Amino acid sequence: MRTFSIGGIHPPGYKLSAGKPIQRAALPKQSVVLLNQQIGALAVPVVTKGDEVKTGQLIAKSGGIVSANIHAPVSGKISKIDLIPDTGGYKHKAIFIDVVDDVWVDTIDRSDVLIKDCNLDATAIVAKIAEAGVVGMGGAAFPTQVKLKPPHGKKADVLIVNAVECEPYLTSDHQLMMEKGEEILVGTTILMKAIQAKRGVIGIENNKPDAIAHLKRLSAQYPGIEIIPLKVQYPQGGEKQLIEATIGRQVPSGAFPIEVGAIVQNVATVFAVYEAVQKNKPLFERIITVTGKSVSRPGNYLTRIGTPLSDLMNEAGGLPEDAAKVIGGGPMMGKALVNLSVPVTKGCSGLLVLTGKETLRKEIKNCIRCTKCVRACPMGLEPYLLMTLIEHEEWGKLEKERIMDCIECGCCTYSCPSARPLLDYLKIGKSKVGEVIRTRKK
Amino acid sequence: MDRKFYVSMAPHIHSGDSIEKKMYGVLLALIPAFLVSLYVFGWGSLTVTAISVVSCLTFEYLIQKFILKVKPSITDGSAILTGVLLAFNLPSNLPFWIIIIGAFVAIGVAKMSFGGLGNNPFNPALVGRVFLLISFPVQMTTWPLPGEHSYIDATTGATPLGMLHGHFGQLPDLSSMMLGTIGGSLGEVGAIALIFGGLYLLFKRIITWQIPVSILATVFVFTLIMGLVSPDIYHIGLIKTACPVFPALTYALFHLLSGGLLLGAFFMATDYVTSPMNPRGQIIYGIGIGLITVLIRLFGSYPEGVSFAILIMNGVTPLINTYVKPKRFGEVKK
Amino acid sequence: MNLTLVAILFLGAIGLFFAIILYLAARRFKVFEDACIDDIEDALPGANCGGCGFTGCRNFAEECVRSKQFEKLLCPVGGLETMVKVAAILGKETIPADPTIAVLRCNGTCSHRPKTSIFDGAISCAVASATYSGDTDCSFGCLGLTDCVNACKFDALVMNPETGLPEVVEDKCTSCGACVKACPKNLFEIHKKGHESGRIYVACMNKDKGAVAKKACEAACIGCGKCEKVCESNAITITNNLAYIDANACNLCRKCVEICPSGAIMEVVMK
Repeated sequence: MRTFSIGGIHPPGYKLSAGKPIQRAALPKQSVVLLNQQIGALAVPVVTKGDEVKTGQLIAKSGGIVSANIHAPVSGKISKIDLIPDTGGYKHKAIFIDVVDDVWVDTIDRSDVLIKDCNLDATAIVAKIAEAGVVGMGGAAFPTQVKLKPPHGKKADVLIVNAVECEPYLTSDHQLMMEKGEEILVGTTILMKAIQAKRGVIGIENNKPDAIAHLKRLSAQYPGIEIIPLKVQYPQGGEKQLIEATIGRQVPSGAFPIEVGAIVQNVATVFAVYEAVQKNKPLFERIITVTGKSVSRPGNYLTRIGTPLSDLMNEAGGLPEDAAKVIGGGPMMGKALVNLSVPVTKGCSGLLVLTGKETLRKEIKNCIRCTKCVRACPMGLEPYLLMTLIEHEEWGKLEKERIMDCIECGCCTYSCPSARPLLDYLKIGKSKVGEVIRTRKK
Repeated sequence: MDRKFYVSMAPHIHSGDSIEKKMYGVLLALIPAFLVSLYVFGWGSLTVTAISVVSCLTFEYLIQKFILKVKPSITDGSAILTGVLLAFNLPSNLPFWIIIIGAFVAIGVAKMSFGGLGNNPFNPALVGRVFLLISFPVQMTTWPLPGEHSYIDATTGATPLGMLHGHFGQLPDLSSMMLGTIGGSLGEVGAIALIFGGLYLLFKRIITWQIPVSILATVFVFTLIMGLVSPDIYHIGLIKTACPVFPALTYALFHLLSGGLLLGAFFMATDYVTSPMNPRGQIIYGIGIGLITVLIRLFGSYPEGVSFAILIMNGVTPLINTYVKPKRFGEVKK
Repeated sequence: MNLTLVAILFLGAIGLFFAIILYLAARRFKVFEDACIDDIEDALPGANCGGCGFTGCRNFAEECVRSKQFEKLLCPVGGLETMVKVAAILGKETIPADPTIAVLRCNGTCSHRPKTSIFDGAISCAVASATYSGDTDCSFGCLGLTDCVNACKFDALVMNPETGLPEVVEDKCTSCGACVKACPKNLFEIHKKGHESGRIYVACMNKDKGAVAKKACEAACIGCGKCEKVCESNAITITNNLAYIDANACNLCRKCVEICPSGAIMEVVMK
């Protein structure tokens, strides 16, 4: 069973919502569309207060080279453009839409019929993806069209689809593969065409045998696409780890995957690409896993962006009594939310309710040098040492110890028997060292 | 909604591992060896272990509460473990006041004076043991014969390594060494119990294979070579009767099963705080311990070298940590 | 010859040999330094806090000797007293600078600013600030996790457990600036101590709109502008929904303190 070569941990799966068919979440009364939903520049609104919009209509334009278009997830009237707190608590501009019915823009093909052929050339495909505002759906929300245009002189020879879903609790990608398997394969072919690669690989963790079997059966019709089952290990879905596990190449320190000729896309992004290119449907809805040990109706909900998370929570049975933390995303890398009034964004893959017993941190003790963090780190770093160096502000030594290689996966903090907050310090260390490097380059 | 959520950075779940789980896991693994020592040495074994554990706990509590003025952490299991491991390095007839001094040196000097758990450069139980060996050489090297269950007036005799070193006496056969009916400190007898405990630790992932395997492999290979190369060792005749086909192999196995090697390889050298921080470094550390042990046993003036070997390599650990780094992902070849 | 005598002569010869080598090495590698530097270093407080802008007291002493603009140099810890001593050693003039002190521009105490979440991460303001906007609805205010208290080498900052805010101890603060660097929300400023140590400043950094700021904290500046209108010396400006008082222009008339509806303006009056 293929896997990555260094480190890794085995958290329990807790796939409570596995097998639950995708349900359409109800439309909210008011949709709040944040303009900072993607990595890069803020999107610029092209509507104003009072405008009437249809579902799928462009409401904000990409704000730069690294940015993305945003489309109305609902139909109705623009109520205002104002500041609201995002998942981090800082206020950002958002477009508020009062929902009236659900009238879609008529260029969108709403049928379920599979469209296999794509006659567009690479440039046209990338342009269509850009127009549709597709961003990385694995959580990072990196504008897809930027990833598909490698820097001058670099070319990809393989497209890797990340269908691993290694985070505990999350099942939306799994369900998407079971219900829209062939669409995903068509999306993969389209992306391979866009980057002019002859080889496509879909990596799936071995805890989803039905998805592996299903896609393997379908892929017989799509030569060039290989389905690769991977060992159940976190972080199998980490970009660099996935590339090593599927095609055996290690991305060098400090470089991007294109350096080894690979481009990686999350499986939900691939589906969004299929819908964008074949159905003219921009990205304005996504599947979110709503789950947690005390949640009464865990499941995979197809939700429009801009829906307040509190609405989703109510559909899944309401906020449980013993909820201690509410996470946007998965338990290893997701963001703890201050409240449920934050709206859904393109990168939000899960709504997870954790009980106090599962999540509250224990008393911090001295490092007992047990090496669990070193053995767990998938990048071969020494987290115990990095934390001490950060406490002493030794930025030069930190750079030598490769702190910028850290992928912030959380394996170290998960494993530490002294409950040391390793990743907390690693994140601020990375940002400080990053600043030092940037000022030096100037 | 006046409901407040907790907020922190990721990750939001934890493996549940804790210092206590590790320390008490090691204590559990030591139970078989303790039972064997009870069988072989009776009351002596129980008394020495009890005095050692109680002294270690007391000293840790007093030093933490009154001198360092921090919250006492005696429930984390590390002081109990130091007490047990110290006891396992002592003869079962050691006078009680010597044991207490040993506990004081182990906890007070080797552990607390450096800042408590996590900060000590040397293995506390071994520092205590070596201190006692050098300060009270006679009492520390007079072991009761196997089967002598009294604490105070046990009849004493030499250990297998002592006999080998001094070229005298009747060497026990390998099966006695496995089962433990031989002379020695509490933790030196009962090889099979120690191996069993070691395997439990490996299974529970409390220790990893690099250190024990590299120590035992180094000792085995070295003594095998010695057994083949210098066949005129005093006891070779006796060893030949045990295994006439391949006497060098018996010689090597004899070394593996004797003295504190198994205890050292599985329980003492693997002490987290004093061993290197990555697998590559740990192998170098293990090979170093193996080599020094064999050098002292064969060419040094002490019959047993494991304690010194481990302490010396503890001193080398910071150097290993600085210069031997773990395998990095995406190593850029310059 | 007597063995003892041989030993003594032999050891003596070795000693003499090494002494010669050491002497030659000391001569060869001697670093010539102005003798003044040692005298100045002795006159300095020796805290090596970096408040002067140089790395340690010795570096500052070197700069004093080297610099052509001695008047611009100041050791905030030693203050005027020390600079006079240093000037005397160098035979230069020193211009007395006004004494300064650190000031915390936040009055979001536990009672003014209700908590909306519970922080469960590492106890450090830098970590909390990197995690999210804070455990209250004011994303600009003090996080209360003592990064500043830990950074202060002079014990001049003390955390008040009732208010959850750090307080500056007047007579211990040397305005070295360590707290200014340590606070991830940039809440500390160095202000002149003012006439008889009195000073007035806006104890708020909230740039949200007035209604939003008020909801998050009772003592927030809502940018209403009343202080600006009533100021006798035109020392107050309002930008980004926040008032700012120019301490150089302020004449301590106290009209702004009286008129501020949320009590965001702080005054410190020393008798």
